[in-house]
Amino acid sequence: MRVRRTFTAISVSAALALLAGCAPTQSAPAASGGDDQTGTLRVWLFDEASRAPKEAAVKEAITEFKAAHAGVDVDVQWVPVEGRADKFSGAFNDPANAPDVAEFGNTDVASYAQTGALSDLTGDISSWSEGKDLLPSVLDTAKSGGKTYGLPWYTGIRALYYRTDVFTELGLKPPATLAELTDDARKIHAAKPDLYGISTGGKYTYALLPFVWANGGDVAKQDGGKWTSTVESAQAKAGITAYANLLKDDICPPAACANLTGTQSVTAFAGGKAGMTIGGDFNRKAVEQGAVKGKYAVVPLPGTTPGSVAPAFAGGNLLGVFGASKRHGLAVQFAELLAGAKYQEKMYNAMGNLPTLESVQKKLAASDPTLKPFVDTLAAGTKFVPSTPGWSKIDSQNVLPTAVQQIATGGKDVDGALADATAAMNKNFG
Amino acid sequence: MVTQQLPVAVPAPPAPRRARRRRDGRAALLYLLPAGILLAALLVYPIYQLVLISFYDYGQPQAAGAAPLVFLGFDNYAALLQDVQFWTVLAKTVGFAAACVVGSLVVGTALAVLASRVRAVPRTLLFLAALGAWSTPAIAGSYVWLFLFDTDFGLVNEVLSGIGFTGMAHHSWTFGTFGAFGLVAAEVIWCSFPFVLVTMYAGIKAIPAEVLEAASLDGASMWRSTWAVVLPMVRPLLMIATIQSIIWDFKVFTQIYVMTNGGGVAGRNLVLNVYAYQQAFAGQEYGLGSAIGVVMTLLLLSITGLYVRSQRRSTAWL
Repeated sequence: MRVRRTFTAISVSAALALLAGCAPTQSAPAASGGDDQTGTLRVWLFDEASRAPKEAAVKEAITEFKAAHAGVDVDVQWVPVEGRADKFSGAFNDPANAPDVAEFGNTDVASYAQTGALSDLTGDISSWSEGKDLLPSVLDTAKSGGKTYGLPWYTGIRALYYRTDVFTELGLKPPATLAELTDDARKIHAAKPDLYGISTGGKYTYALLPFVWANGGDVAKQDGGKWTSTVESAQAKAGITAYANLLKDDICPPAACANLTGTQSVTAFAGGKAGMTIGGDFNRKAVEQGAVKGKYAVVPLPGTTPGSVAPAFAGGNLLGVFGASKRHGLAVQFAELLAGAKYQEKMYNAMGNLPTLESVQKKLAASDPTLKPFVDTLAAGTKFVPSTPGWSKIDSQNVLPTAVQQIATGGKDVDGALADATAAMNKNFG
Repeated sequence: MVTQQLPVAVPAPPAPRRARRRRDGRAALLYLLPAGILLAALLVYPIYQLVLISFYDYGQPQAAGAAPLVFLGFDNYAALLQDVQFWTVLAKTVGFAAACVVGSLVVGTALAVLASRVRAVPRTLLFLAALGAWSTPAIAGSYVWLFLFDTDFGLVNEVLSGIGFTGMAHHSWTFGTFGAFGLVAAEVIWCSFPFVLVTMYAGIKAIPAEVLEAASLDGASMWRSTWAVVLPMVRPLLMIATIQSIIWDFKVFTQIYVMTNGGGVAGRNLVLNVYAYQQAFAGQEYGLGSAIGVVMTLLLLSITGLYVRSQRRSTAWL
């Protein structure tokens, strides 16, 4: 027994010594890059459901870029959106294998900026001839801590899709307020029990946020650099309650809708299962390919008073340059080429993505009426999620969806659900 | 630790024997070395890093070297153990894994007995079907099950309402807590029973015919010979299948993540692995995630350890 005890004591103290003496591995801080004018430029772009049109537009840009820069090659890697976290973590941990230019979502800016791996492009954008044409509200989504970490490439704006045939049949007009939207949705489900009044889901944060913002609330506020949750404010509570009320048996039964994501909500509408949905400009192609082709229209999501528009979430993708890039100048030039007017228009034609340059947007809206509701929504003012790394955690922990689902299914009352959400959010804001 | 006590208990053996034993030890060491090095590199070092990271505030900035490391001691563990949700999720995981283990053992063993009694053609068909399920990738299997059990377009609801159960017309299988767990458990059993089937079939086939013949000559009934002869003989295999199933089913991720949309409505279908992913890894809080990993490893080790011990006690030949 004594031997055993000695052995245990030795192993415990050895383990403690190991722990005290060692620390987890960290990679060395990213070395500052260079400004070579030749060589291979490595570019990461997101893979899409149907990549061919995007690839074609990008290939054209590469050809143009290579013609203008002798001795330069561009190597594009397609990053799957779902696997981006691992891919980017790898790039942050091993700067030597990081790309020069990368596409990423603007909701990731704050957490990526925190790793110190991305270049501050503020100076590059202000000296770019087309930089002044960038919509300020969209450019804001590329900022974290006062620095700009990416060139806005395209933006995603959501609006209200509705079934023109169903509305005509039931004698409804497109809703002018959110209260009217709820009434219309209820009428549709009552008259046509096979249709959800509006297909929105408990996991569709970007459909929930406009309800909060339209009611004058927000999810968090910043005081002296510190974020705190504001979901318990009267305004936010009204917005969240209004949204949760859509996930009820008389509109979109919780058994079917409580767990829907954004894509699933739009898919239900495209498949002819719903009278309305909240969808983005980027969803239009999918809806066009669905059963409701030719039987739907899009208007801006209304606010709380007639004539107002609910502020939309300013989603979108950016082109960033890695700080460790050995070809900083080339990388910025390539990003500027892709994000410039010419290729924004080509990307719009290829993918239907809303451009971030005001002049391109106006030009396209004039020639393509389907773009109007999205441009109008953008012009009415957009909002963004808290630009802090804490938000990514709140988002991945499903804090707001859980609250909405608890309210919608009656698992918790509004106050209880929002109190839990507040606690979880503040813990993540730190 | 037992071996450490041996020299005290046993009187010193004569010199030549000791020399030979030392040579034996050296040879054993040499034989074990390759496996040992491999285990150290692939298992010990990662677990060492896992434990280490769990004592730090370790996120993406720390991994990338952009922020200093902060030693937290047991703070990650304290935060985890104080989280009410962790205990709920743990309890649900245990229940869910237990159902899956029992289910796959019962189904697998029953079909193994069946396979050992039928002719070659039906047996081949049974094995083909089982191997098909076994080799289906978890994600593909989960989606196929989801399509089958879809609320509006699924075959199952269509058939059920077609044969008279009209109440099932638009039944959502993934909404209720038990419904969703049940559906996922069925899928997990579907893709893990073939392992039990193959293992147990091999075990049953390995029993010498003479033994069973002797039992029947002694007047043992079918039930009696199964209980008193077959079962003890396949016991080691049954134990392996059980432990494997416990380990697999405790760590289920894909099926829950895919079939319940990442943990069900308001997170009520979360299991430990999905919870760890959602709480820690997706938000790049690797420190907390490692703490969950360590807790899970300890739980599995203790379950396995207890089981092995109980087996060793009850059967001397094991």
